Amino acid sequence: MVAEIEPSNIEKSFLLESLQKGIRVDGRGIYDYRTLKIICGPEVGLVEVQLGQTRVLARVSCEVTRPFPDRPTEGIVQFNAELSSLCAPGFDSTGKPSAQEVAITRMLERVIRQSRAVDTEALCILAGEKVWTVRIDVHFLDHGGNLVDAASIAAIAALRHFRRPDVTVDGEEAIIHDVRERNPVPLSIHHTPICVSFGFFGDGGMVVLDPNLLEEQTQASSFTITLNSHQEICAMNKAGGIPLDSKQIHRCIQIALAKVDEINEKIKEAL
Amino acid sequence: MSRQELLSPEGLRIDGRRANELRRIACKASVLNTADGSAYYEQGNTKVLVAVFGPREPRQRTALQQHDQAIINVEFNVAPFSTSERRKRSKGDKRLLEISSFVRQTFEGAVQRGVYPRSQIDIYVHLLQHDGGMLEACVNAATLALVDAGISMDDYVCACTAGLVDEQPLLDLNGQEESAINMPGLTVAVLPRNGSIALLQMESKIHATKLDDVMQLAIEGCKHIHKKLDEAVLAAANDLAVKLNNSVQ
Repeated sequence: MVAEIEPSNIEKSFLLESLQKGIRVDGRGIYDYRTLKIICGPEVGLVEVQLGQTRVLARVSCEVTRPFPDRPTEGIVQFNAELSSLCAPGFDSTGKPSAQEVAITRMLERVIRQSRAVDTEALCILAGEKVWTVRIDVHFLDHGGNLVDAASIAAIAALRHFRRPDVTVDGEEAIIHDVRERNPVPLSIHHTPICVSFGFFGDGGMVVLDPNLLEEQTQASSFTITLNSHQEICAMNKAGGIPLDSKQIHRCIQIALAKVDEINEKIKEAL
Repeated sequence: MSRQELLSPEGLRIDGRRANELRRIACKASVLNTADGSAYYEQGNTKVLVAVFGPREPRQRTALQQHDQAIINVEFNVAPFSTSERRKRSKGDKRLLEISSFVRQTFEGAVQRGVYPRSQIDIYVHLLQHDGGMLEACVNAATLALVDAGISMDDYVCACTAGLVDEQPLLDLNGQEESAINMPGLTVAVLPRNGSIALLQMESKIHATKLDDVMQLAIEGCKHIHKKLDEAVLAAANDLAVKLNNSVQ
């Protein structure tokens, strides 16, 4: 495994001093996102998201399987995200998943599965025997900071873009129609959760939205909040680094509420 | 489990508590002989045992050492007999890795790592019985064990969970409440003296306006847990003083 090159002391102090004056190193405002580009691929369920330098690819596929024995009427949503050396030299795909990879994967799992974004009951074909398993694979192509946000946008856009084959159920038999016979059907998505990440510097006084790679490596603490357009908070994650004040957290939530609407608009345009 | 059963019209929950009552907490420090610090923590039916070793030499000397502060390493084990059905979890299970990661990051912010440069502090957490509040119990037990080990910290780290049912915030969710559908589960860990938040984790949906009440309730719960942990630390210290006195005489 190659060791990641840490930013030099000069870079770090330049960043912190500029932040104290309210200037970000790449010229953005403190609460500005980088340019967000969503490209919905030629295939259904394939979405690439570019958030500044960060590039993430999400791919949704489905197949028919047996349901879990304790949930016979619900479909299965499976999630897979791997950080490989493709996106940054410091990541290693062999061996135990690193702490960062686990954090990102679990965050995305919580966002999509536990907030019940996808209607799993609609994925049922024959109760107890056949259900759809929807599989979301997220590949990180380039690490420019803030992988979680880009990945969540890619995953939820891919889910909304995806079309599954149509099924007719006739008593005990189910006929799965080929995509050429009948138009495929979109997944039933309840809401669109989107992650918004903040980075805190110094003793928690300075905060930025959507940290880029340098800011992420220098930050003292990180806070990710997942919201949807109905003003509901789907998940929150603040772990590690310096302890924060509840007032700061409130402010972040307010800012995130405003940003989520903007991102939702962009997703709608792209689809 | 229907919503109504979680909170009855009289305001009682499944286990007979009111909405803002904590479960019974019993904790004891210094339960293991070989560990530098240890603690046994019970919150309702959730039982956790923590052993702390450190500060000691890092296992991979050159690779992991940090020249100016200690490394904290957390290993989280769930016993197969901890749930009602015996289930052995693999070591690479992402949920367990995530919890160890959370515990590690929480204490990275509270332990004065600069006091122990080039060393490693190991926290081994074992969950013996699971009835809700896994992360909460681990953080509280680990705090007690770290204090028992004599490791310098800025403050206690006290964690508590809270949820929301029918507009009513619930404090300290047990296993059934946690796994109920659509039950938002918020886990907060605070440093009681200045009230700053070291860990904040939430699952499932909650409306932005209701978050405040739930968070405030959880922080209140943390303050009560702080008292309990403090009592346990004093009890262990008194015990030690008595034994020293007896041996001197």
